[in-house]
Amino acid sequence: MEFFLISMLNSVSYGLLLFMLSSGLTIIFSMMGVLNFAHASFYMIGAYFAYQLSGWLGFWPALVCAPLLVGIVGMAVERYGLRTVHKYGHVAELLFTFGLAYLIEEAVHLIWGRSSVPYVIPPSLEGAAFTLFSTDYPLYRVFMMVVSVSMLIGIYLTLTRSRIGLVIQAALTHPQTVETLGHNVPRVFMLVFGGGSALAGLAGVIGGNAFITEPGMAAAVGPIVFVVVVVGGMGSLAGAFLASLLIGTLQTFSVALDYSFADLLAKLGISIGPDTPLAALWDLTIAQTGPVLPYLLMVLMLIFRPKGILGTREG
Amino acid sequence: MSTAIELRGVTKRFGNTEIIRGVDLAVPRGERHAIIGPNGAGKSTLFNLISGRYPLSHGDILLNGESVSGLKPFQINRKGLSRSFQVTNIFQRMSVFENIRCAVLWTLGYKYSFWHRLGGLKDANLHAEEVMESIGLKARRDTPAGVLSYAEQRALEIGVTIAGGAEVILLDEPTAGMSRTETSDAVELIRKVSQGKTLIMVEHDMGVVFDLADKISVLVYGEVIASDVPDNIRGNKAVQEAYLGTEAH
Amino acid sequence: MAKLKYRPINLGRWLVWGGTALVMIILPLILTAGFTLTLLSQIGVGIIFALSYNMLLGQGGMLSFGHAVYSGLGAYFTVHALNLISQGAFHFPVTLAPIIGGLAGATFGVIFGYVTTKKAGTTFAMISLGIGEMVFACSLMFAGFFGGEAGVSTNRVMGQSFLGITYGPSIQVYYLIVGWALVCMAAMYAWTQTPLGRMANAVRDNPERAEFVGYDTHMVRFLTLVLSGFFAGIAGGLSCINYEIVTAENVGAAASGGVLIATFIGGAGFFFGPIIGTIVFFTMVTAVGAMTKAWLFYLGLLFLIMVLYAPGGFASLILMHVPVIKARLMRRLLLPYAAALVTGAVLMAGLVSVVEMTYHFSLEAGTAPGMKLFGFAFNVTSATPWTVAVGLLIGGFVISRFAWAAVGRAWADIVHILQDRAVV
Repeated sequence: MEFFLISMLNSVSYGLLLFMLSSGLTIIFSMMGVLNFAHASFYMIGAYFAYQLSGWLGFWPALVCAPLLVGIVGMAVERYGLRTVHKYGHVAELLFTFGLAYLIEEAVHLIWGRSSVPYVIPPSLEGAAFTLFSTDYPLYRVFMMVVSVSMLIGIYLTLTRSRIGLVIQAALTHPQTVETLGHNVPRVFMLVFGGGSALAGLAGVIGGNAFITEPGMAAAVGPIVFVVVVVGGMGSLAGAFLASLLIGTLQTFSVALDYSFADLLAKLGISIGPDTPLAALWDLTIAQTGPVLPYLLMVLMLIFRPKGILGTREG
Repeated sequence: MSTAIELRGVTKRFGNTEIIRGVDLAVPRGERHAIIGPNGAGKSTLFNLISGRYPLSHGDILLNGESVSGLKPFQINRKGLSRSFQVTNIFQRMSVFENIRCAVLWTLGYKYSFWHRLGGLKDANLHAEEVMESIGLKARRDTPAGVLSYAEQRALEIGVTIAGGAEVILLDEPTAGMSRTETSDAVELIRKVSQGKTLIMVEHDMGVVFDLADKISVLVYGEVIASDVPDNIRGNKAVQEAYLGTEAH
Repeated sequence: MAKLKYRPINLGRWLVWGGTALVMIILPLILTAGFTLTLLSQIGVGIIFALSYNMLLGQGGMLSFGHAVYSGLGAYFTVHALNLISQGAFHFPVTLAPIIGGLAGATFGVIFGYVTTKKAGTTFAMISLGIGEMVFACSLMFAGFFGGEAGVSTNRVMGQSFLGITYGPSIQVYYLIVGWALVCMAAMYAWTQTPLGRMANAVRDNPERAEFVGYDTHMVRFLTLVLSGFFAGIAGGLSCINYEIVTAENVGAAASGGVLIATFIGGAGFFFGPIIGTIVFFTMVTAVGAMTKAWLFYLGLLFLIMVLYAPGGFASLILMHVPVIKARLMRRLLLPYAAALVTGAVLMAGLVSVVEMTYHFSLEAGTAPGMKLFGFAFNVTSATPWTVAVGLLIGGFVISRFAWAAVGRAWADIVHILQDRAVV
């Protein structure tokens, strides 16, 4: 029970972090048709900016400034890069963001080196928030959830109450119609791309010190975020939310479970020895299979429900 | 005379809006059948249902007595039904010749072959040349389709549609946007290529319709209000009302 | 000018293929520096891999981020097969071993392709990435097959020599690669001239019309992917023979990204584009990689510039000059090009200085602030070199804009002249 509750809390905090990433990706994709391959790279530079800024200004100013800076970088990328390749179509845009992801990773190597940087949790957020049975639950995890949830509410309010939010909402359901709305579409695109990037940056600020800030973090998280978007249903924010929590749970629990299929079968009275066919498969523990599970889920989803959990468009 | 294509209570809903409301229609083999009607009557939608582009909400469609509803476009095409599009829909980057050759490969049985050399397919190449000749684009053989003139593209659209030798041909506004001389050329072309086949066409130009069609169906608000030979349609009260009522001339 | 009519089959094609073969055969005899044979072998394998990738990207319009799955698994199956052969489990000539890789690649093409090719475009791209990550994650799970961190190694020299061929010396392996490369190039070119190859183009350009002429677009994409996986697997098998080791990197995202970059910068729209791209890619990796640790940065930058300004790749840059040369208008471009080259060199000097100094600064400013660049020795912690570098960068940027504007004007003139001549 204790294990379950703690893991559940960890799943939720990780899932919310994933949602901060996947929501930006989904909004950008729905609005602009651009699958931003470099989305996780903005997550990474968010973490690095926060590391640098918190060294100069302290954590709290960095929490605000780093995402804003990432948002500005995102807007610049849209204005001077994406807009140029827009005329060549969506595949060209995807290639552009792919090249950008490459370049950002190398730029991080150049500036901050190849190993991880000591971006740590600020002292004021260290320690336990509460004690559950015998386990101290870290305060920082709670802080992450608070930030994520307030962001979630922020997105919701922006989408439902503001002018640009209504345009975005219209774009989610009727992508073709937006162009005829008479809004300054290029500017809306720039703001949306910048906003999505800033969200990813914020996720980096609070995720970078909870996990680790290193040049490989974009490549590690990027594909997972794509899986979230596919599983949730391309273009569906609610789907992305459910998929984020689902995959967060899947990853958190699988890492913690050290049982193998052989153990399970042994309980059923079937013994597995080294001579059994596919012995390597049965001996795997669930923890070992952890990294594969999200992708397996994606493949199964594509076979049995190509639309995703809540998607309306098929691909 | 056997029936080439038959629609039984065909219905299509988009959301709560019924675009096609229980259309019954039977076209005998070898007939040239025109579907006319005011804008928004659902003529193109009807074509999209017959050719498998959209799924039916209700009803059934039979091709040569066999139900084809629920089949994918390529499956319906393989059963001998081919269609053209209102907005030209060809392979823009390929030459005229390549466009037509692509359209004959399946019927000639080359399917997904990667062991035949295209240059060595005598029957396909010969047939493609013949089709090119019959649609009058022989001189433009190696021109990319995208740079042809509008009328030439429309002719190529018809060429791609008929090249596979389908028995049932659906033409969606084949003369739309053409000049008077281009239109009369197109009419001759359609007459020639539909010889001995079943032709269903949507057309706005009444000259073309009365010139070509053996029979005319009038579609208004998703319903067939009349289906008869041209002379009777001309004198039909309900048709006149529907037309004059919605399209002010 | 009278147009000469001749069938392109004969002389021209034989010259191109014969010339390619000849160049591949005599190159190692001319370039004898130590690293060239390694580089040439790499390029030979890379050409097969990139051409197989272009069956998807160029011919079929499928942007894949996980193509290394097929070459990598091909390599793994080849390495295990070689080990079994050397243990005497069965007999099979090493010369033909890449075919094992090819079959493995095709088999996995059948398994994964059915799901991935349901859709084209962005969805295909994303799913191919997911499949790539899945296989990579599996490679760390099943250490028995994938060999864990160390990978699986083998020995390509086995059995008795046949006519002195043991595949011991790397020159013999190079010629094995050349042989396979020529066969695969010819086969993949032939594929573009088959019904399936042509319909792959059709599905790329207009999937809807392809359906209405009787083709199942899913099936066309699927078969294209299986064949592409086959050739990728051959490339994997050859790389296994070449390096005698296969590691998880062979199926990894970097390998998939590399082939995408090589194919794209060469030009996905042309059959020979990926060949140029592979040559440029590996030469750059080897040459620039030997000079600086920041080579990936320059590669990424080159890729981005190509995406932005030359989406047809080097192949289209070359081909767009053919009519200009034929029309004897090239001299109009020479001066603007020279200006662009000189100003571009200034810009590059500034960029390279900034990048290299940043790198040196972030890595070793504390321990060894002195560095040497373009023959100048200086201290990265002092302001002067930074001022010079940033000055070159900004100055180069400004003047090269003028130069490129001149290039643009010259091209506009040429297009005008060519159009006028075409009308007359």
